[in-house]
Amino acid sequence: MSAPIRITLNGAPREFPAPLTFAQLLDELSLAGKRLAVERNGEIVPRSAFQNASLVDGDRIELVIAVGGG
Amino acid sequence: MAKDTLVIAGKSYESRLLVGTGKYKDFDETRRAIEASGAQIVTVAIRRTNIGQNAGEPNLLDVLPPSKYTILPNTAGCYTAQDAIRTLRLARELLDGHSLVKLEVLADQKTLFPHMPETLVAAKALVAEGFQVMVYCSDDPVMARQLEELGCVAVMPLASLIGSGMGILNPWNLQIILDNAHVPVLVDAGIGTASDATIAMELGCDGVLMNTAIAKAKDPVRMGRAMKLAVEAGREAFLAGRMAKKPYEASASSPETGLIQKIG
Repeated sequence: MSAPIRITLNGAPREFPAPLTFAQLLDELSLAGKRLAVERNGEIVPRSAFQNASLVDGDRIELVIAVGGG
Repeated sequence: MAKDTLVIAGKSYESRLLVGTGKYKDFDETRRAIEASGAQIVTVAIRRTNIGQNAGEPNLLDVLPPSKYTILPNTAGCYTAQDAIRTLRLARELLDGHSLVKLEVLADQKTLFPHMPETLVAAKALVAEGFQVMVYCSDDPVMARQLEELGCVAVMPLASLIGSGMGILNPWNLQIILDNAHVPVLVDAGIGTASDATIAMELGCDGVLMNTAIAKAKDPVRMGRAMKLAVEAGREAFLAGRMAKKPYEASASSPETGLIQKIG
């Protein structure tokens, strides 16, 4: 069993079992299928990459949605 | 007679009122007020999702579906060009490649005044990345011209400070911007009540964007309708062309001949 992956998720430190794709991350967070956008280390992770792209230790992840604003 | 529509980045809109979606009591009030306003373009903010506490929570875009409204993601809360650009890249991903955006880069937390040097930097980069940029800006005609030259699809000078409800403080600057612009000019921020929106439209603005004036009215749904009518009235008055002002000179509306005889 490999060591857990430590990431910063929306500004807070989190640990997940490895290996971890973006699809698995969203599953873990009960966010699969929600309308959201993902950024890793300042770069967009397109929805089409969720299944195959894996997270690595130290990734800084932002998960965003649309909220009320003017 | 050709239909009078607002054209932004090649797309026509019948409503010239654009509305924000913030500060409402709940999503139901948001939906009802926006329906009453007749707005077709609605702004949204991009924020971190609450991790671990949102399973089943309704999403704003379920209430205001992109199939029904043109969603205009903003960069509210961004104080640098870089943050604004990142935010809008996320918005484009969130909205399936949608490229019409509202750029605002703020300079100061108390006044929320736009940071024009950063706004220019961000506008240039976003246009280069294929975004269609509607840009919140100061009411400085030189800034408006530069933003247009950079390729922004609409310039949106403030009427007064965001959320202040102070109305149009400098109609003369707006007039200079309007006289020189080749892209739509929309007043964004500062509208307080219906007459403010009407004045903006009478000046010749192509549209008005507001949030707080509707959301923080005692009856937001009714104010939504008031703003719809106000924008329409102002637009019609602008197109009709107002009468000339005649200071110090009255002109009777009733005939001055055929009066009944004076007695005695």
